[in-house]
Amino acid sequence: MTEAVTNTGGDWLRLIVGLILVLIFSQLNALFLVWLERKVAGHIQLRYGPMEVGPHGLLQTIVDGIKLVGKELITPFKADKKLFVIAPVLVFMPVLVPFLVLPFGPELIIRDMNVGLLLIFAFSTFSVLAILVGGWASNNKYALLGAIRSVAQNVAYEIPLLLSVMSVVLMVHSFKFSELVMAQQRIWFIFLQPVAAIIYFICATAETNRAPFDIPEAESELVAGFHTEYSGMRFGLFFLAEYTNMFIVCAVATSLFLGGWHGPFGFSLGIPGVVWFLAKTYFLLFVLMWFRWTFPRVRFDQLMNFSWKVLIPLSMLNLLVTALVLKFV
Amino acid sequence: MENQRVEPVIQFALLDDLLNLARANSLWPMTFGLACCAIEMMAAGAARFDLDRFGAGVFRPSPRQSDVMIVAGTIAKKMAPAIQMLWDQMPNPKWCIAMGNCAISGGPFEYDGQYAIVPGADLIVPVDVYVPGCPPRPEGLIQGILALEDKITKGEDRNLLRRFQRMGGAS
Repeated sequence: MTEAVTNTGGDWLRLIVGLILVLIFSQLNALFLVWLERKVAGHIQLRYGPMEVGPHGLLQTIVDGIKLVGKELITPFKADKKLFVIAPVLVFMPVLVPFLVLPFGPELIIRDMNVGLLLIFAFSTFSVLAILVGGWASNNKYALLGAIRSVAQNVAYEIPLLLSVMSVVLMVHSFKFSELVMAQQRIWFIFLQPVAAIIYFICATAETNRAPFDIPEAESELVAGFHTEYSGMRFGLFFLAEYTNMFIVCAVATSLFLGGWHGPFGFSLGIPGVVWFLAKTYFLLFVLMWFRWTFPRVRFDQLMNFSWKVLIPLSMLNLLVTALVLKFV
Repeated sequence: MENQRVEPVIQFALLDDLLNLARANSLWPMTFGLACCAIEMMAAGAARFDLDRFGAGVFRPSPRQSDVMIVAGTIAKKMAPAIQMLWDQMPNPKWCIAMGNCAISGGPFEYDGQYAIVPGADLIVPVDVYVPGCPPRPEGLIQGILALEDKITKGEDRNLLRRFQRMGGAS
């Protein structure tokens, strides 16, 4: 953390401008992703999705946001008032931090920390805590059950997620995003570490509570899961946080396995790095949505067994093989 | 029950119009069906009819997040308290659509001496739009939702966001 100690005036300016850009980008990104989700859902189900508000429904999510702001905020009578109010803020705050270290382009990293990767995983675990707080404070059995499920699921899937990431870190000897991406100039890590890439993506789906692993908010069992009691923009914040989280896991997957701002096999085709990065990230986001509208929801025991009995041994084996290959070959 | 709605003390004309425009174009119904009309409601949300075109396709499972309650089907006497509770759990502003003859007036189950059903959703919750039919076709429900949008924006010509205008749209 030597960079953090030697702060200069220009550095502060860079940080403030970066923060404002991050706020704008994360909001626009969430609005766009909700619209995209509804369009993808529509087209997968042989319908159009939002069509009437704006060209191809582009203004739909903005209208939804305005409506959510105008809704009544209900705090249930028996809820824990303080925790109930801060939970949506708590869930949205940590998802903004990872943007500080995400490598959008060679020159587009707000702060290229040498613990960048660790920072992202530390903060993305934070939102689970917020979900637990929200579920507990609602004083509603469905909310509490959803929160408990969310915690169990996130603990179970954090382990294979980190193990699969570790095998990449072993190859590069760095947690720094710029070095992780630079190491993929010739060949993307998805070709060298296909097992880790697949495990990472499965775990990322589970980490963001997306279908087929969306049991924390399984509508057929738990009404709406941990945000059952939340109305108006408080619910909107949970929603925005989910979509921002999706962007983050996909951006990390892009920079770890899909070469970040590099084109395939060192050919950048004259396209700027940030375009490559965003194109790959949004493709992965599309894949996440594709999952959601294609696979049915798994049962809770299937979900836990899959993580503890399949993904964790497999990712450990992968880590071991990676270490052995690096040592002896 | 009287269709009574408390008017806010302070009114902001332009802001209110904007909010109403947003509300009209983003009516999230509650996932909630009572009888065969609910099947037609599901059909209205699926392919071919596609309520989501009008922004009304986000069926929220929790009453806290929904804007419009579609009472789709026969209201049994045992179900009435549950419906009332769901209505009370919804945050303001909220609207109600009575879908089908049972929800309007009891339909074929209403006769002298019947003891099983509540004849009409308006006996327990304030209803904004009635959609007749037994059951109404999905187009009927969509027309009901469009009528509700017109009610919220006070006239179809004031709904500037929606591209689609009904033929001779009497509001």
